[in-house]
Order: sequence, then C-alpha cells, then structure tokens
Amino acid sequence: MASTALNVNGQAHSVTADPETPLLYVLRNDLKLKSVRFGCGTGLCGACTVIVDGKAVQSCDVPLVAVAGKAVTTIEGLAMNGDLHPLQQAFIEEQAAQCGYCVSGIIMAAKALLDANPRAGDAEIRAALKGNLCRCGTHHRMLRAIRRVAEGGAK
Amino acid sequence: MSQGTDKTVAPRQLPGDLETNRRLDRWLRINRNGTVTVFPGKVEIGQGILTALAQIVAEDLDVAFERIRLAPTDTSYSPDEGITSGSRSVQEGGTALRHAAAEARQLLLDRAAAKLGVSLEQLTVADGVITARAGGSVTYWDLASDDLLAREASGDVPPKAAAQHMIVGAPVPRRDIPGKIRGTPSFVHDIELPGMLHGRVARPPSYGARLVALDEGEVQAMPGVMAVVRDGRFVGVITEREDQALRALNRIRRIARWEERATLPDTLDPRFLLKESSTEEVISEKHDEKAATRAERRVESEYTRPYIAHASLGPSCAIASVEGDRYRVWTHSQGVYPLRKDLARMLRVDEGNITVIHVEGAGCYGHNGADDVAFDAVLLARAVPGRPVRVQWMREDEFAWEPYGPAMVVRLNAQLDGSGHVVSWSHDVWSNGHTNRTNSRSATANSALLAARHLAQAVSEPTPTNPPLPAGGAHRNAIPLYEFPNQRVVNHYVERAPVRVSALRSLGAHANVFAIESFMDELAQAAGADPVEFRLRHLKDARGRAVIETVAAKAGWRTAEKGNGSRGRGIAFARYKNLACYAAVIVQVEIAEEITVTRAWAAVEAGLAINPDGLVNQTEGGIIQATSWTLKEQVRYEPERILTRSWADYPILTFAEAPQVDVTVVNRTDQAPLGAGEAVQGPTAAAIANAVHNAIGVRLRDMPFTRERVLAALA
Repeated sequence: MASTALNVNGQAHSVTADPETPLLYVLRNDLKLKSVRFGCGTGLCGACTVIVDGKAVQSCDVPLVAVAGKAVTTIEGLAMNGDLHPLQQAFIEEQAAQCGYCVSGIIMAAKALLDANPRAGDAEIRAALKGNLCRCGTHHRMLRAIRRVAEGGAK
Repeated sequence: MSQGTDKTVAPRQLPGDLETNRRLDRWLRINRNGTVTVFPGKVEIGQGILTALAQIVAEDLDVAFERIRLAPTDTSYSPDEGITSGSRSVQEGGTALRHAAAEARQLLLDRAAAKLGVSLEQLTVADGVITARAGGSVTYWDLASDDLLAREASGDVPPKAAAQHMIVGAPVPRRDIPGKIRGTPSFVHDIELPGMLHGRVARPPSYGARLVALDEGEVQAMPGVMAVVRDGRFVGVITEREDQALRALNRIRRIARWEERATLPDTLDPRFLLKESSTEEVISEKHDEKAATRAERRVESEYTRPYIAHASLGPSCAIASVEGDRYRVWTHSQGVYPLRKDLARMLRVDEGNITVIHVEGAGCYGHNGADDVAFDAVLLARAVPGRPVRVQWMREDEFAWEPYGPAMVVRLNAQLDGSGHVVSWSHDVWSNGHTNRTNSRSATANSALLAARHLAQAVSEPTPTNPPLPAGGAHRNAIPLYEFPNQRVVNHYVERAPVRVSALRSLGAHANVFAIESFMDELAQAAGADPVEFRLRHLKDARGRAVIETVAAKAGWRTAEKGNGSRGRGIAFARYKNLACYAAVIVQVEIAEEITVTRAWAAVEAGLAINPDGLVNQTEGGIIQATSWTLKEQVRYEPERILTRSWADYPILTFAEAPQVDVTVVNRTDQAPLGAGEAVQGPTAAAIANAVHNAIGVRLRDMPFTRERVLAALA
C-alpha cells in the first residue's frame, strides 16, 4: 500500500493506505480523530464534515489521494492553547446538542462559513448548513449559537 | 400485630425500579475520595437523562452536583431497569434514585450521630459535611465503607419536598455536551479495542430474498480479509482495516446472486390495513341517551400516517468479542438486560456468560437497529476468537432494515348539538402492534434480532404487539381527554405485519392525536367556534386547560383569527399517554406550493421539572422532528423490496426549513415529575394541519403533507 503525506490540524502525517480510501476512515482509524463521524458514506448528511484548505468538505466522499499536501482541520484542531473556539463556546453555552452525533460536522461547516464571512446572517448560515442533517431537531439552538458568534456576541 | 403462623411476609412495594432492584448498593456508592458513583439502569439515548438522574442524587443526598459520577450501564453490576423507553426514565429510575439517595443520607446521618455522640436532630448536612449544632463535624467520605449500602432499601425515608430543592428544578448544563463539542470519542462507534477488527454484513436485497450463489473464495482472497462468514442468507466479512471491509462488502454485493419474492403490500396507502383481518377491542365506551337526542349534525373524517423511519443519523454499531465461552458486547441498545437475554437464547449459552455494556449511540427515537447490529457483531466475532469485531451498519442497512413506526388509519365520527357541543364521539384506529421485542411467552420460538431470520436455522420474527393501556401502543392517546357524553373508541389490531415495525417515539400517539386534534378543528369550524375556545369548552382537566391557555397567551392567539391565503396558524393539545406530560402547540405556516413551518410555540407541564432546560430542549427537538415527519417523511417500497435506502430517498427537515421554536415550561413543583420526551409529536402534526387549513382553507388528512398533496387538495 502506498504512503500518503497529510497535514491534519497543523501536524504532518504519513499514512499507509489505499489512496482511494475515503478520508473519513483515515482520519478516524489511522489518525484516531473520532469526531469525524460516519453517517451515510455518500456526502448527504454532513456528519463527517471537515475543512480542507478553508472549505467544508464531506470526508466520506473524498479519497485520501485528493487531500495529499492540503491542510485538513477537524474539530479536535479548533481549540487554541486549551481555549475553545468561539463556536465551541457558543454551542456549550446554548446547550446546542441532543445526541451530539452531528454536532462536530455542523460546527466545522459553520467555521468554514464564518472564516470566509465572519458576519454571516441567518439566511447565509442556513444555506451553509444545507449539507448537514440533525435528526434530534436541535437546529434552532445550533442556529442561535452560530448567530451569536457571527453577531460578535461570543467571548 | 402477630403474623400468626405465616413464615413469609410479602416484601413491601418499593418506589420506582427499587421494587425490582432492592439493594441500595445496586444504585449508589459513596466513595472515600469525595465522590458518589451512581449506577443507572436507564441509558442515555440523546435525551439528557443522565444529567437529570445526577441532579436527583445530588439533591437527595445533599452533595454538590459535581461530585456525582455515572457508571456505564453494564450487565455485570447495573440494576436491571428493562428498556429505556416511553419517557419513563425519570418516573422509574429517577424515583428509585430519589429514594435510594434519601435513604443513604439517613444511614450516613445515623453513623454521624453515633460518631459525634449527638442526637439526629442536632445534625445538618451541606455538600457531604455533617455538622453538629454544638460543634464537631464529619464527612460522608470519612463515614463511607463498603457495608454502608449493602442492604435492602426500606422505602421508609421520604425524599425532600420540592420546596427544599436546590439542584432539582435548576437548569443544569448537560454533562455530556462539552466532550462532544471538543470532539472527544463519545459513542460506541468511536471505541477502539486492542486487536480490533472490522466487520460488515452483506444483507439480502429484500426481506424475502434467498441467496442462490456466492463465490466466497473470491472475497476471501481480497486484501485484509480475515474471514467470510456465511450461515444461510447471513453473509458477513471481517477485515483488518475498515476500508477493506467496505471493498469486500461491495464485492459481495456485486457477485452474490439472490432470488427475491414479493412480500410487501402493493400500495403505499396505509388504507391497505382496512382490508387486513383484524381483531377489535373496545377500549372506551360512554353512554348518555339524553345527550344523544340533542344531536343535530354529524361530521366524519379519516386520517392516515405512513410508515416512518427512525433514521438515526449514526447507523447502528456494536463491538463484540468472544473468548472461549465468554461473550462481551458493547452496544447502544435501549436495554442491556433484554438484549443479553435475546443473545443468550439465540447463541444457546447461559446469560451469565454474556456481558453487555452500554455505550452511547446517536439518538434512536425508539427501536432501531441497535440490538440487531449487536447480534451481527457477535455472529462475526465467533469466527475470530479473541479478536474484538466492530460492526457498523451502512446507511442503506439502517434505512432498509430498521423496524419502522407502523402505518396507521384513524376514522373519527362525531355529532354536535345546536349549541356547538359534541354529544357523541367515535374513534377507530387500524394498525399493527407498536412493539416488536422478543416474545418469550409465545409458544413458537421467535427472536426480535434481525439476523435470526437470516441464519440457516432461521427463527421467526415475533408478532408486533401493543403495550397495554393506559399507556397503550397503537391505541396510545386514542381515548380523548375531552368530556363527551357518548363515546366509543375501538382499536382494530392488525396482526400480520408485512413491513418490519416497532416502537417509534410516541408510538400511536402521533397519529391518534393528529386525528383527534385535526378533527376538533373540523368540529369547531362546523360549530362556528374558535379552536381554542372550542377545546376549552370540552375540557375539564385544569392542568390541560392551563397549557392551552398558556400557549395561546404566549403566541398572542386572537379569537377566530384568520389566515391570509398563504399564512396561518393552528393549535393542538394532548396529555401524552393521557397520564404523562401536558403539551399544547401552536404553529405558524407559510405556503407557496410547499408548506413551511416558520414558527412554533409550546407550553408543556411535566409536573416537577427536574432539568427545565432539558425539558425545553426535548420539546424543541420533538416539535422539529414531528414537523419533519408530518411534512416530509414516508418509507417507500414496492412489493419485492424496500426502496428507502438513502437520505436522497428519505428527505428530512433541513436547516433552511427549521422553525423558530418558543417553549414555555409550566413548572408544577407540587406534582410528581412526568415523562416529557415524546409529548409534542402528535400535537405538532395536528397543529400543522390546522394551520394549513387556517391559511388556505384546505384540510390535509394524509401525512406527509407533500407539495403534491397540497396541490392536489387545492385543485
């Protein structure tokens, strides 16, 4: 099996796996980043969303070879010097989770949006989450948490 | 009083699940390091129950909430609390823990009194420190010893009165949320054990499919394949790496030849149930001849609900290991003890040889693939003794094989008198049973576990049954809470279940309340009455009236308010199971061709609210999920096979479509806590139907309310 160089959460890794392996399985099983969750395997639910070179992507739908040499960020990489990212803070303050299976993907999709458009409004936030599903019905709290950061209300 | 010659005294009835798990140390342990370990038998299924149980123990033991540790539910030590379902966890597990904690506190006080040489009246407790009025103190942590709680509960120590509560009733942040937000491994899906392998099951293409040919050697030769397991039409593969399992699964799917046959209904219309043979049970009957003579006009309507999927976001997953005759299973099952029993029966081993450990899964909303995948994992793990095997269902496995919430038909018929009062009411419901757990009392062997039907020595599926009233299954909430002088409610139990079904959040209450509360609006219209006033006119229950009045006030409901041709509002109400949480919901819809629920208001009363924010969160989620069920969801099939296999086949409510929700908790601290996780499913469905009628004058009686149905109704 070939070896692929990866940059994940600021660290260089070399992974030995079939280059066609979906990024999801490499992140979960080779790099032990378990926040990246399997939901559908076809890019339709967003539970596996990570950021690649600034863009939110569904890692179940991207082969390993396609991210060689690119910067991959997962939710494990968001905290800086132990301080949570403002989105993480806001999600905790709003108690914006029920089962929490979808939440890391949703925070990553929101981060990609706010990195590009820090003052995004409600409609833009909803549009940016079009690829993310939540089955518990926590949409309302999650939107409130994201708006809070976009409006500059988070610490 | 003398017991005479009786040698045995019937054990007294203990509160909640203390009755069946009577020793105090089964529930609690006071640790010398300043912590308290709680052993819940109810499990976290995304509803926040563990936080509420921790609050209860902290409150009645008089220790800080932060001192509470929760032990994972595990058949080697946890109390057997059956299945976590029916919004009964606070009532059953919470009640047991309240009393166990109060009793533990008393035992600690007794020890402190002896140690300090003072009477009990001299003692006060704060966060585990017991202080005597005259001076001197001792802590729980000093007093604790292994024998402290090694005794049966007496049930004699009353828990605190609500007025004394400091922790119960406060909105406490959920304990599991920070870890999930940081990305910490949190679910059974995330567990890694030393030497763990990965498994996948290549399920048949349909319920009745027969495996005709499969070249196992071709699969066996693929990279990383450790074993191919074939037993009848059960086919699985075990590999070193997870991605190798996917490749092997895809290969099996490509090369296996199956023979399919038609086993499913030839229509998606739930009315096929009316043609099935059924047994009738009259579950409520009231007669008042005099009132009946006042009848002036009759109204009749029929309502349906299709099969609805749980559609958990995380497909079911389990890990199993087999060493010698010992089995260990990590699972997100709703009941570790019932699952252990089912596994033991299928494996023909003693229950004592199986340890079942609960680890959280994604929200399940009822009986999904959790138990099935646990059996799959065991079947695969047997092929590689000593190596744990993790089995993750694929999305298509979950959609095609989970037991759905049953399809239902409800027929209502009522008569109004000249003053706009209902004088007679009848409700007929047709449905399969709503629970599909192994029936150990059945004369013929059966197993609820899916793979049991696929093995060479196949074991049949149990016939779905209904939990008895008052909670009920198909007939849950079929008996109206309103006061009608003549009333007849009939459950038509359809035994044959061609589509696999079992418990989905709220069971029959979703369709029964949808029907009753839609019909109440139809009757209000016939009587020329405002929907809120019409409900209050027929409702005596003061707690029910209170939630209706509260939600109407919060939403600014105006008497006889009219929609404008595209926007409208509707209300609906129920008391879940007629014995749990009261809920009233108002929704606002906007209709172009599709219906959008833009806002929702709810008032809920669940007696003493243990964690008010948890109650709000469950209610918001319930409204959004029920909006999704009602507007969009329907499992599709053709006679040979289930067609719902991906999110593309089964759209659910998206972020673009989610309403803003405002929930008001009516906190009745003088009332016992009531289950609240499922209360708004039915009211939300009816409130949407009523809002659509209010907006555009069209009455939708068949769920889901798709664009096609709106257009057809307008035509």
